[in-house]
Amino acid sequence: MQQTNINTLEVTVQRGTHDAPQDEIFQVPAYENQTILDVVSWIQHYADPSLTYRFACRVGMCGSCAMMVNGEPRWACRTHVNKVLDKNKMHIAPLRNLPVIKDLAVDMDPFFDKWIQAEGKHHPTQTRNDPIAPVQPETAARVEANAGIECINCSICYAACDTVAGNPDYLGPAALQRAWTVFNDAKNESKQVILDAVSGASGCHNCHSMGSCTHYCPNDLDPMSAISGLKRETAKAFFKGRTNA
Amino acid sequence: MLDLKLYMAQRISAMIMGPLVLGHLAVMIYAIQGGLSSAEILSRTQGSIFWFVFYGTFVIAVSVHAAIGMRVIMHEWLGLKGVTLPLFTWSLCLILLFMGARAVTAVTLL
Amino acid sequence: MKAPARAHPLWLAFMLHRLSGLALALFLPAHFWLLSLALTQPQRLDSFLQFAENPIVKIAEFGLVLLLSVHIFGGLRLLALEFMPWSHSQKTLAAGAVGLSLFISTIFLLQAL
Repeated sequence: MQQTNINTLEVTVQRGTHDAPQDEIFQVPAYENQTILDVVSWIQHYADPSLTYRFACRVGMCGSCAMMVNGEPRWACRTHVNKVLDKNKMHIAPLRNLPVIKDLAVDMDPFFDKWIQAEGKHHPTQTRNDPIAPVQPETAARVEANAGIECINCSICYAACDTVAGNPDYLGPAALQRAWTVFNDAKNESKQVILDAVSGASGCHNCHSMGSCTHYCPNDLDPMSAISGLKRETAKAFFKGRTNA
Repeated sequence: MLDLKLYMAQRISAMIMGPLVLGHLAVMIYAIQGGLSSAEILSRTQGSIFWFVFYGTFVIAVSVHAAIGMRVIMHEWLGLKGVTLPLFTWSLCLILLFMGARAVTAVTLL
Repeated sequence: MKAPARAHPLWLAFMLHRLSGLALALFLPAHFWLLSLALTQPQRLDSFLQFAENPIVKIAEFGLVLLLSVHIFGGLRLLALEFMPWSHSQKTLAAGAVGLSLFISTIFLLQAL
């Protein structure tokens, strides 16, 4: 998208709290090579110091700056202004599907609560006194697990998912992908515990495979396929009569 | 709001209906050649155990499948929850079952 | 707050599947009621079937068959996506095959009309 002689950006920012959101417009000078994080920082430095937002690494590693840009969940530090500009306008809002604390900062607690609820934690088989059990990297299960372990919990997939939007109890793509990586971990003991955790009313079976999670993940992960894996395994367990759900 | 059991009911009823739907489409394409009349239909279906079983199974499967599908839509798009959700699901299932059974009986057994 | 842009194909497939299912679920009770007229009021059924020769009804019937085809082939695609551990390119092929089947079934229907 070509930027033709634009000097000023018209940036609409959703501010306020969860119950009282309010759009505010700022005029921000345009620079070459500007990211959304640059824009938001400029506003806070020069226009309104009360603007609340999160960031940390500013190089696309930590996921802290995730927010909605023109209706799409993105990392502010890795989104160039010229990619999202509509003439000279853009709209910035806090991540969808999470409670807003203030302005662009959301409460990540529900996201992490579901991470735990999906039982994506290690269930060890041995103690520190046993010899280390090697894990073969080429095995199918390990390859499957590796596909999901680079999740940094930025919550973009959670914000992108329409099923999360319609079903507030749904565990969501990130939590379920983590459960799948642990399920495939050779050192993990309790596979059925994980399957039971994801088979309840808020579990993996609510996923409609619409794929917004995979579409928007900035790390190119594929939670949708991970959830399909969970569906396969829970179905298998169902037919073997092993389910406790 | 689907747990494993509802999900499996949905998928299994879908798989049962696969061949039934294809059969139904084939029957429709054949039947509508040269116009339709109730006498024409009934002369082929009345007293037929085959059509009774075919469409009877279809009705049972679609009642389950449609009720669960509508349950999801009611919850995700209209926010229905609590006890009203299973109430709605069961009501829809039974209504479709009853109306469908009546239709199948009307056409095959009379 | 604006909702996420949804131009990607999987989301469109999901929406198509949901809307076609909804339409079919709403159509079904009417369909059952009409057929049961054979039991109680066969003349009424006959007069409706005569009315159904009208081309507008034929177009509506085509619409129904289209909804049904869309829903079932979308459903088969979903079953493949979820239950077959296929690679992405195989799934694209499956989607293509499904699209082709839909096209063919519509052609047959047009022949029948």
